[in-house]
Amino acid sequence: MPEFRRPKSEADFHKNFEQIKPLMSKTEANQESGRCLFCYDAPCVKACPTSIDIPLFIRQINNGNLSGSAKTIYAANYFGRICGNVCPTEVLCEGACVFEKQNIRPIDIGRLQTYATYNSIRNNKKHFELAADNGKKVAIIGAGPAGISCACELRKLGFTVDIFEAKSQPSGLTIYGVAPYKITNEDVLEEVAYLQEQFQFKIHYNSAIQSKKDLARLDSEYDAIFLGIGLGSTSGIGIKGENLDNCIGAVEFIENMKMEKHDTKIGKNVIVLGGGNTAMDAASEAARLGAETVMLCYRRSKIEMRAYWFEYDLAKSVGTRGVFNAAPLEIIGTSHVEGVKFAQTEIIDGKVKILPGSEFIKPCDMVIKATGQETQVNLLNQIDKIKLDKNGCISINLETGQTTNPKYFAGGDAINGGKEVVNAAADGKKAATGINQFLQ
Amino acid sequence: MPDLSVNFAGIQSPNPFWLASAPPTNSGYQVMKAFDAGWGGAVWKTMGIPIVNVSSRYGGVNYKDKRLVGLNNIELITDRPLKDNLRDIEEVKKYFPNHPVIASLMVDSRDEWQQIIKDVENAGSDGLELNFGCPHGMCERGMGSAVGQEPKILERITAWVKEVATTPVIVKLTPNITDIREPARAARAGGSDAISLINTIQSLVGVDIDNFVPYPVVDGLSTNGGYCGPAIKPIALNMVKECAMDPGVGIPISGIGGIENWRDVVEYLLLGSTTIQVCTAVMHYGFGIVRELTAGLEQYMLDKGFNSVDQMIGKALPNVKPWEHLNLEYQVKAQIEDELCIGCQLCYIACEDGAHQAIRLNENNELRIPSIIEENCVGCNLCSLVCPVDNCISMVRTDSGKKIETWHQRTEKGSIPTTWNDKRAGGVGHWIPEPKDALKQDKKEL
Repeated sequence: MPEFRRPKSEADFHKNFEQIKPLMSKTEANQESGRCLFCYDAPCVKACPTSIDIPLFIRQINNGNLSGSAKTIYAANYFGRICGNVCPTEVLCEGACVFEKQNIRPIDIGRLQTYATYNSIRNNKKHFELAADNGKKVAIIGAGPAGISCACELRKLGFTVDIFEAKSQPSGLTIYGVAPYKITNEDVLEEVAYLQEQFQFKIHYNSAIQSKKDLARLDSEYDAIFLGIGLGSTSGIGIKGENLDNCIGAVEFIENMKMEKHDTKIGKNVIVLGGGNTAMDAASEAARLGAETVMLCYRRSKIEMRAYWFEYDLAKSVGTRGVFNAAPLEIIGTSHVEGVKFAQTEIIDGKVKILPGSEFIKPCDMVIKATGQETQVNLLNQIDKIKLDKNGCISINLETGQTTNPKYFAGGDAINGGKEVVNAAADGKKAATGINQFLQ
Repeated sequence: MPDLSVNFAGIQSPNPFWLASAPPTNSGYQVMKAFDAGWGGAVWKTMGIPIVNVSSRYGGVNYKDKRLVGLNNIELITDRPLKDNLRDIEEVKKYFPNHPVIASLMVDSRDEWQQIIKDVENAGSDGLELNFGCPHGMCERGMGSAVGQEPKILERITAWVKEVATTPVIVKLTPNITDIREPARAARAGGSDAISLINTIQSLVGVDIDNFVPYPVVDGLSTNGGYCGPAIKPIALNMVKECAMDPGVGIPISGIGGIENWRDVVEYLLLGSTTIQVCTAVMHYGFGIVRELTAGLEQYMLDKGFNSVDQMIGKALPNVKPWEHLNLEYQVKAQIEDELCIGCQLCYIACEDGAHQAIRLNENNELRIPSIIEENCVGCNLCSLVCPVDNCISMVRTDSGKKIETWHQRTEKGSIPTTWNDKRAGGVGHWIPEPKDALKQDKKEL
């Protein structure tokens, strides 16, 4: 029997998806914060995309100023609690911790950050004064981390802010995409509600901005527009059989799982295609949903995976098997997925070369394609003068977040092709400053 | 195995590890348990007319993730009737005839002193410790540190005690005094056979900042207490040294103050103690810490070739001199071991903001390894003290080692600074940045 049984209830689901960064107790937080060296010009701060003053907030925890600690965090990053849980701290702040150089366990910065911010959220402690209404209005498309961060900062500066969100809940991929063992949806929504109460921005749900008409309306009613639109659906691979039943894109699979929880459909034998972090998440999630075998198949070698090492380790820890240098040629089946035909590959000068005669078939009853997401080209093509880079991402001024159409600003996955929540939070805040300058 | 036994002013003890007069020696039960665990002797919780205590009694000082680097108490002497304590002492001595039990005493009048001495000696105590140290509660009643702070009274009471005592007398000193040697000399003058020090330091351990009351809180109020624990060791060590080096004192010393491990014990012995006494560490970790004290002291003695504790006592004293006899020509400079450096830059900021601007950051060095500016380094040790990595920063001698010149010698030669702007000042020629170099470029312009 596999390690995880198929969850039959929401309680089962949460048990299978137990938090990997549980909330610290006061004792643990005091012990852990006591270890921090308070480095000068600390490398952890430099490694944080939002430049949180980490040694300061840790020292504040240790000295019993929990509110001050949360304020230090929120002053740099409005998604403080969420980032504490979902940031890949192993390659950011904690990866930069100087203790690593003596093989000493780095400070558990992520969980300390969650500890401090959770306290403010639970006590509804407001840390910021909102400036008087400056009479200017900004529309934000997308209530993800970029959009909401931008909204918070703009509200602080005195702008009126309306967020237009296509879906029915806020926080974008944080709720629809982040693996459930990193943070629960309830915890995500709690922080967003806390921010919304403090910063008083409006979110219009089920309000997709799609047409030229929608855009024209925003253009006439608002002084500036921020695009926090993220990415679109999973890109196709372009092989036969992709439209068979039980062949699903990873983004769609994960979103469905985040909403349906224990009712999520899962195969017995699952093949995940891809080598990025989304592939690792999908593989872990398939295993935790009770799949008997999960195979992670990547066209290139192990070291070429874009996924972080610890995400691969996590996927392996729940029984996922990695298969490398295996390019999918065809998804086999009549109406349902029955297997995947692969060929062995070799990487020559960085290019994938298929080895002739090396085809083999791996039987399975579900395929999850974690092969990247499309950009929101349809929407972007309707906005005048907006330039996209060769990957279809919005080109911006890195200092201000301004696009080539001066009234439009952008941040998050839409400009970087898919990075972390923390990058989006940083982008949104920076763009708010850019908007403020632009509208002076 | 080296011989750990000691003879302290005529009191034989299987080892130098004694329990100080305090809560751990409140009862026969505790003292028996301690002897069974390996403690050599015990100074009984101070006896006298029994008192009434308050609740609560202790306050702690924590440092980061470490509990009780200091402990403060407002507990008084024993609250048990004398007959109960005497019965317990008798019982302990039956089981442990070779482990000294010292009766700590605090009473008021000459009659009381002379009566209680007879009682405790009859019960089998091997020595008497006169508690002239307790800095809270009892001193308000004219006892404890109220005596220890008045050398003449201390001397007189000691003399009363000596009139009747048949066992060795130890005077326990309070550190709450300007010059510890004065009461120590008075103890000797009164005929005391030994001294023990230090008692607790008068203290206020902290304040409950929500309710505006210091700790420990007794029904909304507080009072000053006595401070002990690892944090006080340096103060106690200095006072032990002062007494050990003073020819006017010249009697054996039982060292007390912040002793928690074998290293502390060795330090006290090297500075002139014959026995040591422990309280706080036992209150924190229990009697079991004596295993570590014993093993550590034995190993140290083996490593250093000491056969008996006697050979160690006062071994560091010849190397303690007044400042004016230190060699001004001796020069050390910091050296960073690049391989070990973790790039925390604490040495840099400590030197930059707190010392002599003698460490430079290397902008292009990805490993963030700072470097020492040799000409600015005064050899103060600060960087090596803040460095979190063992042996990463060492202080390396840079002078020839051939020349010795002290302040004393320079004074005699007449070559010390004597005017406000003297060319012979130590800082002459030492580079110091301009004041406005402290500011960023945009703030420099007035």
